[in-house]
Amino acid sequence: MTEYINLKTPLNDSDVERLEAGDKVRISGILYTARDAAHKRLVEMIESGNDLPFDLKGQLIYYVGPTPARPGQEIGSAGPTTSYRMDTYTPTFIKMGLKGTIGKGGRSEEVIEAMKEYKAVYLAAVGGAAALIAKRIKKVRIIAFEDLGPEAIRELEVENFPTIVVNDTKGNDLYKTGSGKYKVPS
Amino acid sequence: MRQINTEEITDTVEKICIDANYNLGDDLVVSLQNALNNEESPLGKEVIVQILQNAEIGKNEQVPVCQDTGFAVVFIEIGQEVIIEGQSLQEAINEGVRRGYKNGYLRKSIVKNPLDRVNTGDNTPAAIHTDIVPGDKLKITFIAKGGGCENMSRTAMLTPAQGRDGVIDFVVNTVKNAGANPCPPIIVGVGLGGTFEYATLLSKKAILRPVGSHNNDSNTANLEADLLEGINKLGIGPQGFGGKVTALAVHVETYPCHIASLPVAVNIECHSHRPKTIMI
Repeated sequence: MTEYINLKTPLNDSDVERLEAGDKVRISGILYTARDAAHKRLVEMIESGNDLPFDLKGQLIYYVGPTPARPGQEIGSAGPTTSYRMDTYTPTFIKMGLKGTIGKGGRSEEVIEAMKEYKAVYLAAVGGAAALIAKRIKKVRIIAFEDLGPEAIRELEVENFPTIVVNDTKGNDLYKTGSGKYKVPS
Repeated sequence: MRQINTEEITDTVEKICIDANYNLGDDLVVSLQNALNNEESPLGKEVIVQILQNAEIGKNEQVPVCQDTGFAVVFIEIGQEVIIEGQSLQEAINEGVRRGYKNGYLRKSIVKNPLDRVNTGDNTPAAIHTDIVPGDKLKITFIAKGGGCENMSRTAMLTPAQGRDGVIDFVVNTVKNAGANPCPPIIVGVGLGGTFEYATLLSKKAILRPVGSHNNDSNTANLEADLLEGINKLGIGPQGFGGKVTALAVHVETYPCHIASLPVAVNIECHSHRPKTIMI
């Protein structure tokens, strides 16, 4: 079993360039949450020339809409949502310095190309392991779009948040190599 | 005739919304444990271990196993000897969903209008399917249906000439195109026959069967086995990282159809499979 690579955000080009598809990565530091509705608003802000609620440079976006926290809890269950729905927005953010995204499921060619060109990675968290993943989230603060409820942008402070590299900066794709290895010709 | 008050229906719906989202069924857990034994990919095995650990946390800490606590889909079978008193049945069910999602700290994932996309704030309305059946009981089945896997579901109107092979191609390709998106290992519900809308309803009913159970009709059970084999040859594996176990089970339900038609619907269900049934 390969060991985890530990990374602390914010990340620079060399942090992400040494990652390869299939590597297990544990992240500590800050993650920003955003999913469908928040992406739409962020891109509208960029198009109208407004400042974003957080600086994308060196950061990671985690595609998640958590369940509500109970009293005394920092966050509810918080696993990844399917990433392709954000594909139309992602290249814009990567060009602005975003170093990676965390979700589940495949990305478009445009996103993969942007990751190669501007040095960013796509990481998968285990979909449906939401109660387990929530244990790695230590602090939560809503920083924008509170009216969106579960889709509000949250700043998460995480410790050893477990992910796997799906797309690296060289264009490799774990979903393709992984299924290729176990496919049985019919 | 037997009288049932809608207050009892509301209480029941509230309870099963929460129960389904916290406590995965034994049939699913056993199926995941079997998958762990059958999986050859080390990463795939690791994923299944985490899914089983996550199920334990849900049960022990009474928290949602997945953050997508779903669209509330409610199947209600009403015995024809039952009289429902109180408010409207629909409102009674929605009130149960409203209370369950609030009191169970479940995520509210429903937007009022598909294009305006403003959240209703209480996870209502539910998708309600009503059947009138013989007897004096009321059977309520709730399933929390996640959006990620629902999005990967497909329906096709095949030609009779396409036959069994055409059905297999369509189902296997639907799973292939879904890839890692719907959180494999998945459960595949297939509705075969009926009309356009009836096939999709059957495909959802199919996923409600105990995980890995076989259709009573031996030809249909053989089709289920062939579909499962075809799907697990794809190599997608747990979470799409590669592996032998892409689907835990394939359930097929059939219905007579028109001489011109061969409708087939594929409802994809993630490993976080959360149905619960209560009989009143």
